[in-house]
This record gives sequence, structure tokens and C-alpha cells, in this order.
Amino acid sequence: MPVSLRRICALLLRQFYLLRGSPTRIVPLFSWVAIDIILWGFITRYLNSVSAARFNFVPAMLGAVLLWDFMARVMQGITTAFLEDVWSRNFLNLFASPLSVAEYLSGLVLISIATSAIGLAVMVGLATLVFGLSFFVYGSMLAALLLVLFLFGISLGIFGSALVLRFGPAAEWFIWPIPAFISPLACVFYPLATLPHWMQWLARLIPPSYVFEGMRGVLLHHKVAGSSLAIGSALAVFYLLVMARGFTSVYRHAVRTGLIARYAAETVT
Amino acid sequence: MCTSCSWARDFSTSTNGSGHERLPFSATDLRATLEMTETTFPSNAGPSILSVSRLCKDYSGTQAVDGVSFSVGPHEILGLLGPNGAGKTTTINMILGVLEPSSGAIAIDGCDLARRRRQALERTNFAAVYAPLPGNLTVSQNLRVFGMLYGVRHLHERMDAVMRQFDLLRFRDTKCGVLSSGEQTRVELAKAMLNQPRLLLLDEPTASLDPATARDIRAAIREFAQQTGVGVLWTSHNMAEVAAVCHRVLFMSRGRILLEGDPRTLPAAHGHATLEDLFIAVAREPLTLRRAQDEE
Repeated sequence: MPVSLRRICALLLRQFYLLRGSPTRIVPLFSWVAIDIILWGFITRYLNSVSAARFNFVPAMLGAVLLWDFMARVMQGITTAFLEDVWSRNFLNLFASPLSVAEYLSGLVLISIATSAIGLAVMVGLATLVFGLSFFVYGSMLAALLLVLFLFGISLGIFGSALVLRFGPAAEWFIWPIPAFISPLACVFYPLATLPHWMQWLARLIPPSYVFEGMRGVLLHHKVAGSSLAIGSALAVFYLLVMARGFTSVYRHAVRTGLIARYAAETVT
Repeated sequence: MCTSCSWARDFSTSTNGSGHERLPFSATDLRATLEMTETTFPSNAGPSILSVSRLCKDYSGTQAVDGVSFSVGPHEILGLLGPNGAGKTTTINMILGVLEPSSGAIAIDGCDLARRRRQALERTNFAAVYAPLPGNLTVSQNLRVFGMLYGVRHLHERMDAVMRQFDLLRFRDTKCGVLSSGEQTRVELAKAMLNQPRLLLLDEPTASLDPATARDIRAAIREFAQQTGVGVLWTSHNMAEVAAVCHRVLFMSRGRILLEGDPRTLPAAHGHATLEDLFIAVAREPLTLRRAQDEE
């Protein structure tokens, strides 16, 4: 089935209308990430001042926070746009139109790109101007690191949306802690080797662990194992495909059971 | 040539050639004309706009819709009647593609819904009291977004036309959530006609309207059907409205169609004075009617 750019743009336009008229939607796009950068910026300054090691914590920790928050913003860009349809009970209107699931998900991804870019710009501005984080230290690998996190953030967002579509509006509370659940395995602040052996195996199943290992490799050894990043990228693409397929299955289940038509109903069947 | 066909011919000559420009009309102005018009279905209506064949929906052993078959022709307004839980909304949801039938087939303007969903739904639209447009967008924002979703050409002109048609121009920058229920219904109807559908599904479209507005809306929908050839499937619990608007009615109960016919002659044919009496009989004694129907 051909994908219509116009229908995808309709979803983007809807989100633009919502953002334009609502400061309560605009402020969260950058406020939490700004607070995180400020908090961790001061922590890294303090660690630099008390540490005997000649190790700069700013790129290692503040950079890690920035990358992690970027992934979380990408995820929330998807889920928040999806929740707008939950809150306004709009599924019947949307899915009784010619809109396909692929177009709907594409629209959510475009919205997420736009909203996460705002968060990223604020984080980069603060980290650079206030705390002196230089992105040159990451070299050309930065784009690859961001891409893997972006793809995984999209996957998490689709996963969270599928949860809510499957279990009803109250399942919204499953969404917000998702990044926190996986953060111990993502090795954001510590090397993979710090984890117990069995956790290392679990960590190797999620793409962010390869990203943060790669980031530390660049900072400490000025190199990153290409094969490691390739595995992280492949995993990110794999999860994206699996989650998109999973969302489609949940949608089909909702169409089979009538949940799309009566979405307010909370049914776990 | 019947009145409606004549209007359709006149209307077709008033387009600008693209087929998308429609002359706006005021429902109020048309009311008197329509009240004098016979609610007769054109005999040369042509092939079906909607064809439903042996449609079933089973929810874990509960048969919500049980082998329903019917069709809606061009210009025709078909009333789908029945008590609460009869299967009307389930049937409409299946036609809208938001509920998968257990079995059976649905074709909209010749497009099989299961195989050509996008093409079928591009030719369809609906309005229902339980599906309000997002209240956090203005009238014009909602119409623009849904116009893009339905692939409406010359969208700006169409938006103006439907807003004028349903007296919404003064609300174009008002958020739908702050409109009265009657105004929200008019916005939903404007959205429903935005893409000039071939099939229009209306689930109790006048349920929240005052009598004067409801009469205007009925007139506007009838005029829309007569001018554009749209087929309309209409559910309502207001039997006077059904008798005034619908060319044909189907009585549903417990997922099956029990009766079908002209709403003006059907009551007498079954020994009842009014359509409302017949409705009550169907609602209370569906099994008796079904047995009688089977014997026939």
C-alpha cells in the first residue's frame, strides 16, 4: 500500500497546532533536559575539582547525560504525540479515515524528530556554553552514536504506544519509567565490565550499551571498535522493525476486538 | 426525471469542471422546499454505493451481528433502526474499517473494504455522537487536518464551503472543545462532508441538537444526498425523523435484520399505526417477528 506524504504531514500539522497554542506542551520539550544538564554539569565540575586523576568528567558524564536524555526525548516525542490521540479520544476519527498504520507511525516519528531536536538544541547549547563541553572530543563518531540512540528511542516510543493501545489509557504510566528501567543495562555512567557477568549479557542485548562503551572508548583511547558500533546499529534496526511489527499486531488486535472503536474501555483480554 | 435526479443534473452543471467546487446552500432556506418534497427514492439510482453481504461479528461466542446483508444506492438514505444493543453501531464500525468482521464482505463504491481499505475509506465519511473531533483544535484546524487525511483537493475552498453550509464561519478560530454540543455536531457533520464522500455514515447525527437545528441538519443532509448522489446510512431513535428523512429502513434486533421497507408504509403492513409503535414491537417481540418472517 503506498504511503501518503500528505497524510503523514497532517499528523505533523496537528502536532504543530497543539504546540503553537500551548505553553504547557512547549516547556516540557526542553525544561527537564535543561535541568538535567545543569545538575550534571555542576556534579562533573565538582568531580573534576576533587578528583586526583587527570580525567575530565565533563565529556564522560555530561556527554553521557546528554546522549541519554536525547534518547529519552526521542521516545517521549513518539509517546506524547500518541497520547494526544488517547487524551482527545481521536482513534475512531483517525483510523476510520484512509490513514494506514505505517502512515500513523511515520507521522509519530516525524513529530519526534521535530520535538527531540528542540530538546537536543537546548542541551547542546547549555552543555557547550555553560559547562564547556566540546563535541569535537567525540570526533566523527558522534553522528553514529546519535543515530543508534535515535533509532532505539523510536523503538521504545513505539513499544510504549503499543502498550497503551493494548492495555488502555491507564497504561500510560507504564511509559514514563521505561528509560529508567533499562538505564542500569545501558551502562551510561560506567563501563560494561562493571556489571555482573549475567547482567553483561543482558546489556549486550540493548543498543545503548554499545553507544556508551563507544563513547568512553573515544574519550579514553581515541578510538571506537567499529564492529561494536555495527552490532549496536544492527540491534537498533532490529528493535525498530520488531516494535513496528508489534504495534501493527496490537492495532490489528484492537480492530478485531473493537478496542479502536471504543478506546476508552480498558480491556485486558 | 425525478426531482432529485434533476437537482443532481443541475448541480453537476454548476461545478467548475474539477468536480470539487460545490455551491454552498443554506439548510434553513431549503427547509420549506424539502418539507414539500416527497421522500421518494429515485428509481434510476444505479449500482450500490454500499454493499454488505452476510456480515457477522462474534465476540467470544456472543453474536453481535449475525448474517446481515443490505445495500445502499446512490441518493438513497437508508435508516438502520433497532433497540440499544441491536448491532447498529457494530455494523457501522465494521463498515468504517475500525472493527474486523468475523465473516462477510463489505464493498464501498465497488471497493472491497478488506482488500482496498484506503480506496474504500477515501470514499466514505461519518459523524457520530461518540466520536467528537479533538476539542483542543479549532474548527478550521480540525477541518484542515482531516481534509489532508482524506486527501481533499482544493482544501481551503472546501473548508470554506462546509463551514458556510453548517453556519460555522464565525467559529472557525474557536476550539471545538468550547463549542456547545449542537455546534460540535455541526463541526462533525462539516468534517463528514468535507471529502464529498460517496458513502456517509451518520450514527444519531441529531441526538444532541435542538428541534430547529435538527430540522435544518436533516434538510442539509437530504439536500446533500440529492445533489451529490451520496448514499447515506442513518441511525436514529427518533422515528419521526426517520420517517421524514429515510427512503428505506432496516429494523435490527439481536444482530439480525428483521424487517425492511418504506418507513411510511411498513407500520401499516405489520399492523401498527406508526413507525414508533412498530419499533417498540420489534424491540419487545423480536422473536415473534423473526418467526413470522421465517414462515413467510
